[in-house]
Amino acid sequence: MAFVIGILFMSATYLMLSKSLLRIIVGTGLLSHGAHLLILTMGGLKRGTVPLLDEKASAYTDPIPQALILTAIVISFGVTAFFLVLAYRSYQELGTDNMERLRGTEGND
Amino acid sequence: MSLLHLAIISPFLLAILVPILYKSFRQIHTGWFVLPLPILLFSYFLSFLSIQEPITKSVPWIPFLGIDFIAKIDGLSLLFALLITGIGSLVVLYSVYYLSKDKEKLNTFYVYLLLFMGAMLGVVLSDNLIVLYMFWEFTSFSSFLLIGYWYHKEKSRYGAQKSMIITVFGGLSMLGGIILLYIMTGSFNISEIMEIVPSISDHTLFIPALLCFLVGAFTKSAQFPFHIWLPDAMEAPTPVSAYLHSATMVKAGIYLVARMSPVFAAEGLWLWLVGGVGIITLFWGSFNAVKQTDLKAILAYSTISQLGMIMSLLGIGAAALHFEGIEKSVYAAAITAAVFHLINHATFKGSLFMVVGIVDHETGTRDIRKLGGLMNFMPITFTLAIIGTFSMAGLPPFNGFLSKEMFFAGMLRVLELDIFSFETWGLLFPVIAWLASVFTFLYSMILVFKTFTGKFQPEKLEKKPHEAPIGMLISPIILASLVIIFGLFPNILSNSMIAPAINAIMPGNAADVHISFWHGFTPELFMTIGVIATGILLYISLPKWRRVYDLFPKKLTLNRLYDGSLEFAQSISKKLTSGYMNGSIRTYLVYIFSFFIVILASTIAVKDAFKMDTSNISSIGFYEILLALAIVVASISILFAKSRLTSIILLGSVGYTVSLFFVLFRAPDLALTQLVIETISVALFLLCFYHLPKNSKNEERIRFKLTNLLISIGVGAIVTVIALSAHSNKMFDSIAQYYVENTYEKAAGKNMVNVILVDFRGFDTLFEITVLSIAALGIFTMIKLKMKGGRKNENK
Repeated sequence: MAFVIGILFMSATYLMLSKSLLRIIVGTGLLSHGAHLLILTMGGLKRGTVPLLDEKASAYTDPIPQALILTAIVISFGVTAFFLVLAYRSYQELGTDNMERLRGTEGND
Repeated sequence: MSLLHLAIISPFLLAILVPILYKSFRQIHTGWFVLPLPILLFSYFLSFLSIQEPITKSVPWIPFLGIDFIAKIDGLSLLFALLITGIGSLVVLYSVYYLSKDKEKLNTFYVYLLLFMGAMLGVVLSDNLIVLYMFWEFTSFSSFLLIGYWYHKEKSRYGAQKSMIITVFGGLSMLGGIILLYIMTGSFNISEIMEIVPSISDHTLFIPALLCFLVGAFTKSAQFPFHIWLPDAMEAPTPVSAYLHSATMVKAGIYLVARMSPVFAAEGLWLWLVGGVGIITLFWGSFNAVKQTDLKAILAYSTISQLGMIMSLLGIGAAALHFEGIEKSVYAAAITAAVFHLINHATFKGSLFMVVGIVDHETGTRDIRKLGGLMNFMPITFTLAIIGTFSMAGLPPFNGFLSKEMFFAGMLRVLELDIFSFETWGLLFPVIAWLASVFTFLYSMILVFKTFTGKFQPEKLEKKPHEAPIGMLISPIILASLVIIFGLFPNILSNSMIAPAINAIMPGNAADVHISFWHGFTPELFMTIGVIATGILLYISLPKWRRVYDLFPKKLTLNRLYDGSLEFAQSISKKLTSGYMNGSIRTYLVYIFSFFIVILASTIAVKDAFKMDTSNISSIGFYEILLALAIVVASISILFAKSRLTSIILLGSVGYTVSLFFVLFRAPDLALTQLVIETISVALFLLCFYHLPKNSKNEERIRFKLTNLLISIGVGAIVTVIALSAHSNKMFDSIAQYYVENTYEKAAGKNMVNVILVDFRGFDTLFEITVLSIAALGIFTMIKLKMKGGRKNENK
């Protein structure tokens, strides 16, 4: 899994370094996927069954990383949604999505 | 809190009252309210004249840091305190007549002046170095305010800024010296440090501490090459120049050198630096004074040169503190000369500044090219000027003569020094000193004769000159009569003030006999005669050789260097800042990611942390490989996606694969959430995509950039490596067992993840809800609230 996560991080970084705002947000999406998978992987994979007590199994997977990820997913969703609307608004107001053109002008920063 | 502390603080207290007095009594000049305080303080300090032992009073301030407000009065402090309060009274009296009640903001002037007076008293009476430093910076600060008193003038602001930068630079350096001394001795108290000093003079920090202190003293006392602020400080009102820049503040550095002499003077470097810099300053100041045309500029350079003279005497006198069998009393005489000249300089320079102020006040100019023949209009002022300048030049009936004789004697003694390789270069000292005295004589003559004799030029003057009001003349008259009294009866000072001061500088080296000894045909006398003869010769032929000064290129002055380096620093920092802060988010991300890679990679390399342990890796199944392939392919093809739509769909597919992973890795809640959320996110992405502006909507691939690729590969590799080694270095087991056991027993639930979210760790969930609500509210406001500024852009 570590390699998969590495590749996710790599693509995310590459996208975030690009010029288009939308691609940067796609990059952040990939980055959060990578981070979530990383948490899951670090918790240990496949040691038992689903963390539901009804299963009556002898071993369960670690429930803590799952709880953490659930929190992280929701938060990153909130942030992503906010960013997207922010991007949408800036298209409307500024008429561009090119990051190189989105700069403070002299005396305006 | 003793009376001594009250004396130090009283000017600050009065400064608080001054604005109230100014506002309530508009008819009376505010200076009259200020005047009683310095007089009172002066008489209070006079009562200490008979003391034999130093008096120390302590008030705790920050005891756990060893910082107490310790006021200590000994001979040296007393001398300075008398100078400060005595000349302070005269200057306040003078300023009452000099500054107009109606035109000037007198409240600010006297507040600043009182701040300065209190700070100066604090400097000379503090025994604790930190407290001394505090008052030291207070003097810099109040001097800054006073120089910039006429703040509407650009030159005032320039002068104030310059003096602030230079003196604060020195002050900070001094603070460094104080801290170094504290590291070595463990004490901030000067009297304690003096006792410890012999045991630390071999410490590695000793020389740095010495240099730090000297930089502080040299900047404050306008020594070469830090003298450049003093001529520009002449934009201050004349009472301020007379008080701060001739009699008191510029002597704070002298005070510091004298005070620290017992600490540092056993070191040869101290002798060379204090003596050498002093003599260079002496020469450079007097040499430059001759070419000035502004009366105050002449006096400023003259102050610089006289301060250099005192400083060099202190340096030579420090030889007396050297412990290896030299005749100490001979060099102690140099200290005597320094202290004596210190008093003399304060008297004649103060009166000269006041005289110049009178000339300025009555004629409207200070330019010697416009002045001349004022003798008949202003006889009293002329007499005062004669006394002051002749004393400055070192002519016999006045006190300057005695100190100059003692100065030459001190310099001649240098020839006999056989320590610190003075036997080879020591000859320079008397030669330079003699040359400098010739120039001193020259500018003194220029000062008095170009102003008061020669042709009267009424057409160049703004006002019709006449004698000054008597109130303005009182202070210079008092100072000038002191010049004569000290000249004729030097011994009234010697045993009451000078001897205790010398005892404070050099404990146990009493030298009282030397002061009364002031007659006899010594080599010094012939040197003085030579000075006078050469000086007169040079003054007569002045127009012929004046052009020598034009030979020195104007570009090569220290002022140019100062201005240039300020500009250079500004432009360099501007270039640097605009170089790396280019406003592009991509560049900043490159910085951030590069630092991430470099720091993590080097840490891993240095700590040798990479370890791959396959023992606790679970087996990899077929489905995992399939999903991993899918996610890798999807994420990499995002990079090559030509249209944005493709990349959005690919992102969606990555998200769904992730949720499949969650299924596979036994995380049902995660899978559910991920599925739903990914759907909504993709919908949002599509919304954004749809609203892209038409004009720049050229669908193109991401342009390839090698740096981007390298950085992203680096980030990916680092994350992989860290993940692998973290997984392989597990230290202890998870705490998950507790949750597994207690989810039902204690929390009445069977879904462990949900129980953790709302029960065991419900706090996180609360704030996660908050995050979502903030995001929702934020989105709502962003869409609904359109600011007025934003409207304009939309219309374009």
